[in-house]
Amino acid sequence: MKILVVDDFSTMRRIVKNLLRDLGFANTVEADDGKTALPILLAGGIDFLVTDWNMPGMTGIDLLKAVRANPDLVDLPVLMVTAEAKREQIIMAAQAGVNGYVIKPFTAATLKEKIEKIFERLDG
Amino acid sequence: MTNDIRLALAKDLVEALEQGKESVADGLLDEIAGLRETQLFQEVGRLTRQLHDTMAGFTLDSKITAMTKNEIPDAKERLQYVISMTEQSANQTLNAVEGLMPVSKQLIEQAEKLSEKWERFLDREMPFAEFKSMSSEIAKHFKDSKVSLLLVEEGLNEILMAQGFQDITGQIIKRVIDLVQDLETSMVELIKLSGGKGSEATVEEKNDLPGPVVPGVDDKAGDVAINQDDVDDLLSSLGF
Repeated sequence: MKILVVDDFSTMRRIVKNLLRDLGFANTVEADDGKTALPILLAGGIDFLVTDWNMPGMTGIDLLKAVRANPDLVDLPVLMVTAEAKREQIIMAAQAGVNGYVIKPFTAATLKEKIEKIFERLDG
Repeated sequence: MTNDIRLALAKDLVEALEQGKESVADGLLDEIAGLRETQLFQEVGRLTRQLHDTMAGFTLDSKITAMTKNEIPDAKERLQYVISMTEQSANQTLNAVEGLMPVSKQLIEQAEKLSEKWERFLDREMPFAEFKSMSSEIAKHFKDSKVSLLLVEEGLNEILMAQGFQDITGQIIKRVIDLVQDLETSMVELIKLSGGKGSEATVEEKNDLPGPVVPGVDDKAGDVAINQDDVDDLLSSLGF
């Protein structure tokens, strides 16, 4: 299980990576915005995407749309971890095909719960 | 009105001079001079007020100029500093945590192994030779524990010290808030001075992402999710 963590703040990437490692997912890669994330995704081998929304270059929602528009990535599970909390934005992300939405600041338990829920659905 | 008074006074003066009334003539001359002085003072007063207003406007103007020239870029730098300070602190904390994770993991594993053996010893299922090796393992565990716990203490201290950013960044942000308040006051005064027109003008709303919700500021309209439960409720109402 290889996970791509996309956030423009390196500290947040570190926090997410550490939490993922605690959950048993040690194989992670990082990108600092959608633009750098997309080539990594297109190169293949990524099983799960965790992305922030507000990033310079290419935002998380645009990355999500690009992922869903690509036949190779259309089924990739995507978890949005963001400070954006407007209802219309959450709805927008849902319509764009996000698998989970976590607002910052979040707890380790919340992240764990959402990731488990996503995998439960995929298995079921 | 003033002309009438002056003409009357002049006529009185001519009459007094013709009649040789020196003291009356002197009094009348004083009166005429006084009248002129009053007018002059009024005019000087008016000019002074005008100058004062102009100067006040000028000071306000230069205050705003100084703000845009120095204080606002200064505030930007301060806020940038807040970002780098918080980043530094987060990294310091994360370094300590990442350093300590394997230490505690190793201790847990050691303790688990030993307690398993200890149980077997208590159940009298342990041969003497193994008991001897367990004894030295216990001694090693104590020694390792001390070293590890000293490391943990050091790391906890590191984490504690990393929290110092809160005080400093808080102060910086407070200063920036003060600056924004000053700027707001100056702008309002400037608008008043320029006739107060256009105060109804609305600023065009930016289409930027709203960013983190600041409680009490961004959640008034009720269109934001205040916590994760809110998000989950919204998503489940959408069939998630």
